Amino acid sequence: MTIGLGHYLTVAAILFVVGVLGIFLNRKNVIIILMSVELMLLAVNINFVAFSSFLNDLAGQVFTMFVLTVAAAEAAIGLAILVIYFRSRGSIAVEDINQMKG
Amino acid sequence: MIEILPAIAFYMFAAVTVAAGVLVISAKNPVHSVLWLILAFFSAAGLFVLLGAEFLAMLLIIVYVGAVAVLFLFVVMMLNINYEELREGAFAYLPLGGLVAAVLVVEMVTLGAAWQFGPDVASNLASVAPAISDVENTKALGRVIYTDYIFIFQGAGMILLVAMIGAIVLTHRTRTGVKRQNVVKQNARRPEDAYALVDVEIGKGVTMPKKKG
Repeated sequence: MTIGLGHYLTVAAILFVVGVLGIFLNRKNVIIILMSVELMLLAVNINFVAFSSFLNDLAGQVFTMFVLTVAAAEAAIGLAILVIYFRSRGSIAVEDINQMKG
Repeated sequence: MIEILPAIAFYMFAAVTVAAGVLVISAKNPVHSVLWLILAFFSAAGLFVLLGAEFLAMLLIIVYVGAVAVLFLFVVMMLNINYEELREGAFAYLPLGGLVAAVLVVEMVTLGAAWQFGPDVASNLASVAPAISDVENTKALGRVIYTDYIFIFQGAGMILLVAMIGAIVLTHRTRTGVKRQNVVKQNARRPEDAYALVDVEIGKGVTMPKKKG
């Protein structure tokens, strides 16, 4: 009963699909959409680390760090945009965002 | 008995990660979603430890649980939003979305099962990890980051800097009607700006001199 690369890839695949489904279902709530994106990036990170571990190659872990960096920056900017959008509109519904022109 | 422990740990962490992920997207209250997200990150950190990436596991907890999730929590609590309204028709796409998701996951798992490493993969590694008995994970990662990947590492730092400045610039606003201390104006104030000595003749009033600036 050894845990192989395929086990980790399966977990990552399921987590990624859960993220996709989250974007699919919660089409109005931007906060949930941002959280789904974080879940998808986490799945990518699990893939990176699994390959890195099973190939004995550190490059995967280095790139996981960069993915983590970009994810943190994305969350910060996304939430900042959300805050100013809420300030001007009083709502965070995605369907109103197309009224932002200029 | 001991050999089965890693498998038990893997299945536990994997199950908790996936279950928490499902609850993130299905929780009614966004605050609960953020808390489930924290649980998902925490169990993913457990998976990282099982894979021998201790440094990244700790980084995941510090960066995601400590910073990103708390940031989400702050924003969810700061904005006064009627979340019930946002949930209207949220699961209208569940049949179609569930079908697409099921197809996607079956495809990805099939791909993961059918695929295998190429024959010469062991000779084409970018940066070979040293044996764990020689160098611990954190040290090995540091040796690679600060040598081979130094420019990308600096670029990651720049990304964080730009994100920080961007977030500040975006959310900054100058409020009107707020009284602030103006140090330059205070220091530039001279006695002659503040008062004047006037000889008052008896029986006559004083007209106030016009204020300067």
